[in-house]
Amino acid sequence: MTGSRTKAPRVAVWKFASCDGCQLTLLDCEDELLALAAEVDLAYFLEAGSARGPGPYDLSLVEGSITTPADARRIRHVRRVSRKLVTIGACATAGGVQALRDLAGVRAFASLVYPRPDHIRALERSAPVSAYVPVDFELRGCPIDKGQLLEVVGAFLAGRRPVVPRHSVCVECKARGNPCVLVARGVACLGPVTRAGCGALCPAFGRGCFGCFGPSESPNAAALNARLRAGGLDDDELARLYRTFNAGVTGGCGDA
Amino acid sequence: MTHRTIRVGGLTRVEGEGGLLVRARGGRVAEVRLEIYEPPRFFEALLRGRSWTEAPDLTARVCGICPVAYQMSACQALESLCGVTVDGPLRDLRLLLYYGEWIESHALHIHLLHAPDFLGYPSGIAMAAGHRAEVERGLALKKAGNELVAAVGGRAVHPVNVRVGGFYRAPGRAELAPVAERLRHALDAALETVAWVSGFDFPDVEHDYRFLALRHPAEYAVLSGEVAVSDGPGLPVRRWPVEEWPGHVAEEQVPYSTALRARLDGRPGYLTGPLARYALNAGRLSPAAARAAAEAGLGPVCRNPYRTIVVRAVETVHACEEALRLLAAYTPPDPPALPVEPRAGVGHGASEAPRGTLYHRYRVDEAGLITEAAIVPPTAQNQARIEDDLRALVEPRLDLPAERLAALCEAAVRNHDPCISCSAHFLDLRVSHE
Ligand code: SF4
Ligand code: SF4
Repeated sequence: MTGSRTKAPRVAVWKFASCDGCQLTLLDCEDELLALAAEVDLAYFLEAGSARGPGPYDLSLVEGSITTPADARRIRHVRRVSRKLVTIGACATAGGVQALRDLAGVRAFASLVYPRPDHIRALERSAPVSAYVPVDFELRGCPIDKGQLLEVVGAFLAGRRPVVPRHSVCVECKARGNPCVLVARGVACLGPVTRAGCGALCPAFGRGCFGCFGPSESPNAAALNARLRAGGLDDDELARLYRTFNAGVTGGCGDA
Repeated sequence: MTHRTIRVGGLTRVEGEGGLLVRARGGRVAEVRLEIYEPPRFFEALLRGRSWTEAPDLTARVCGICPVAYQMSACQALESLCGVTVDGPLRDLRLLLYYGEWIESHALHIHLLHAPDFLGYPSGIAMAAGHRAEVERGLALKKAGNELVAAVGGRAVHPVNVRVGGFYRAPGRAELAPVAERLRHALDAALETVAWVSGFDFPDVEHDYRFLALRHPAEYAVLSGEVAVSDGPGLPVRRWPVEEWPGHVAEEQVPYSTALRARLDGRPGYLTGPLARYALNAGRLSPAAARAAAEAGLGPVCRNPYRTIVVRAVETVHACEEALRLLAAYTPPDPPALPVEPRAGVGHGASEAPRGTLYHRYRVDEAGLITEAAIVPPTAQNQARIEDDLRALVEPRLDLPAERLAALCEAAVRNHDPCISCSAHFLDLRVSHE
């Protein structure tokens, strides 16, 4: 919002199909927000302000998945006006919870929700941004972690690669000193195959991880699934466990 | 007459995006359409075939600003279906979580989204140039709310600790102590906020709103209660249990919007949210909130939509004071959740999201799988009424330059803090003169 300082990097925040939770995470950086706003020109951020500065932008943060023909056109426009494009959250990175419709078919879904499904224009798939345009970096999570978001924005503004982990939640769980809910209590947990970033939040609250950060690097889902089946999960339960906010990617990760 | 269409950019500082169309004929407004073309996300369909235990985590993703409301309405619907009532210390812990959400959501709307309208800034961040102290105070208040949500729920957006029957783990007293400390400052900040916003210059507008809000015998209803309806000034308040919702509220589809639109007892155009809650429950505000409301000059009922910012500030005081009271009396509930066994049937649940009453209904089979779900968010209920507000605003001002008119309309929409994400992107104002 600095307009006058032409040197400040121009940042834009875009929303597609999503819950707003990931952009809200930016506004939730209460202690850093005004400092950040002094460093960058928040040139386009409809949720936070009426400013609609024209492109090009140095950094675009994109939230939400691509689900309508109009949005498929809009994301190409966003790519054209952005030097760097970073997706934030499971929606933009993996299709989000709304990608569950890919399993059933969008027409079937529309007719369950709307009396006149013919008025609804929606694409067959809820697709990640990378299905349409090249993406410079994908930040995972549903929602994303505040600390990781600041790291990513800071890194791009400094012109370096962001440092975020690719290992699993299990590693964070051990570092935090949580008792393992899977081993100690037989609770179904996707921690072994889920990407770190949340600080092993769910095990810290005594529940199993449900995979909101999506798959970790080279996850051994087959081994985990064998263990979960031995613990009593049937195939339907296993499928539901994987199919939540990252179904768009974990479909290829579980053997369920 | 020539047909004129004017486009003037998007509706900002709301959650989600929409469009606005005004059609005028012979100097009168013929039609106002709030076009919500947020992409549909089909939640009610994707819940089918999921386990009843998954509804709180899945429906939280409808809205990142008020996920707790979704979790609470879902839990209560499923608990009522299973014949379980969560009360006592477990209910208190739920209330605490919910107050946290009210504080963060109201503080966000007041300081970053709404106040800039009154002070002539394009955003809360830009407003910091002239009102740094107030913006910082708002951010601190918001942070206090977020910390409360995180302390009870695990994180500020999409808390992980909520389950049907209660919580996965009850936080210990020591974990909540720092939050209590911050809330004491938040209460002072909230009181200052009431004084600040009540001094804004409000347009002299009043509407004969029909109000709908929950009402609880002892509390300013947040988590639960009966549905109360006031059909207009001077008319008696009607009340009915949440289970009777389907008999009173019906949703219809309008071709120009992906959000469904609710009718109450056959008629569209009623209001839920802060003005409705205040009109139906003001007598149950906490002492400091009641005093703040009186000092702000709100009276027993407020029908001026621009003053929602004052009501939100008063509700923030209430949430801080009540949260402090609950924290002072807190001992961790043990066990952290009641046992709940699924059974086949239909359950209804409603709670007061920061933007208004949020209703959920689930049908579940013997195996505990959801076979049908219905979610009626506040925006679906307020949409027709927002259009009525806009009609009243636009008609005498049809000759204003389009950009000025668009700004006025945006501000009027923002009064109701519509959360467009919950339904289903740029607000374009198109005024067509025919
Ligand atoms: S990834 Fe999750 S938190 Fe982020 S916008 Fe999508 S639904 Fe919301
Ligand atoms: S433990 Fe798993 S489900 Fe829980 S917050 Fe972390 S990544 Fe998400």
